[in-house]
Amino acid sequence: MKHLLPVLALLAALFGGTAAATPLPGDSVYNLPVQLTTQDGQRQMLAARRGRPQLVTMFYTSCQMVCPMIIDSLRLTRNALDPATRAKIDLLAVSFDPAKDDVPTLKSYAEKRKLDPRIWTLARAEPSQVRQLSGVLGLQYRQLPDGEFNHSSELILLDAEGRIAARTTLIGRLDPAFVKAIGETVNKP
Amino acid sequence: MRVRLALAWFGLMLALPAAAAEYVALPGGTFTSVLPADGKAAAAQVAPFRLRTELVTNGEFLAFVQKHPQWQRDKVAGILADARYLTQWEAPLVPGGQALPRQPVTRVSWFAAQAYCESEGARLPSWYEWEFAAAADATRRDARADPAWRESILGWYSRPSSSALPEVGGVANVYGVRDMNGLVWEWVDDFNALMVASDSREQGDPDLLKFCGAGAISLQEKENYAVLMRIAMLSALKAADTTNNLGFRCAKSN
Repeated sequence: MKHLLPVLALLAALFGGTAAATPLPGDSVYNLPVQLTTQDGQRQMLAARRGRPQLVTMFYTSCQMVCPMIIDSLRLTRNALDPATRAKIDLLAVSFDPAKDDVPTLKSYAEKRKLDPRIWTLARAEPSQVRQLSGVLGLQYRQLPDGEFNHSSELILLDAEGRIAARTTLIGRLDPAFVKAIGETVNKP
Repeated sequence: MRVRLALAWFGLMLALPAAAAEYVALPGGTFTSVLPADGKAAAAQVAPFRLRTELVTNGEFLAFVQKHPQWQRDKVAGILADARYLTQWEAPLVPGGQALPRQPVTRVSWFAAQAYCESEGARLPSWYEWEFAAAADATRRDARADPAWRESILGWYSRPSSSALPEVGGVANVYGVRDMNGLVWEWVDDFNALMVASDSREQGDPDLLKFCGAGAISLQEKENYAVLMRIAMLSALKAADTTNNLGFRCAKSN
């Protein structure tokens, strides 16, 4: 019996990835039930992304000004990571504009911007859930009468459990502190 | 047998809300908000909607958390409600003497308020809906130009927040909605959309591209700072925040 405990601890360490058994931390954004639909039409709960760190942002495809730069910044940030770290994270961009950003629109945007679907998930959610997601991520947005949006532009790092580990408001060029935070979070022993 | 039936009936009565919440129809229309719709000067368009006549009370919120245990204060996820959530209640399922059944519930997060409204088949009102309804007094649909109306709101703001909250059921405004001003601050659905900072592109500094959008937001009706203060307060909140004097009511689309 005495020798069983270390074995159990080892097993727990080995199978730590099968996280469903352990309760979600209270400060995880995955406590929010958000149903995403991806650019491939796949339905996925936000919480299904648990287990791997995520770089998350919100945008909308018809936005001509800052949003392309948000996507660029996400790409730039990922490219700045060392290959081992890069392989451990996923990218997620959720639309502020579910009315216009249906699945085909997200799909064609991903293709036009050459966003590899193995790495990038572009997603939409129902309007009330978009507002909830923005609330939990601490992002602001507001639709204008002409259909455009005013919104905050940030990249957010979620750790494997969905806790906000770092964020940056620097868009259009690389934020070295954010890159460093990603490396530390992803490779935390 | 009769006792069991009586008990079952009693249980049923406990499970049902004492009385279904009352909603009244508001006409909506073009409305000059303190917050221009395009960030410059455009009037807001408010579609006809229904609004809860009274704020959600401790009694009603207790029934809700009994039915939805994930919203009890000892069970709620920290990211959905901060550490002060419902702490004025004696215990997770006992509001107690400091939170009377007919007093408006406060110390609730935006997420909790949303979940409550959903349980009533409703939603939180938008800021424009709320502002539209709150512009009325007992006799006028839009009393905002009346200095006395503004003074009464400012007078309420200056009341110490430590004094006990009155119960719901104040004087109805012209639509039949009560306590829009003078009792508690209220969550709105788009609380985090009100003060998205002005568009920094126009300032020509690429380092300041924090916000994106077609229009800069400026505030209209600057003399109406009684209402502007509410926007400032809501804008300072995060969705999990709770405060002593912040409650909510729900709305429905027509």
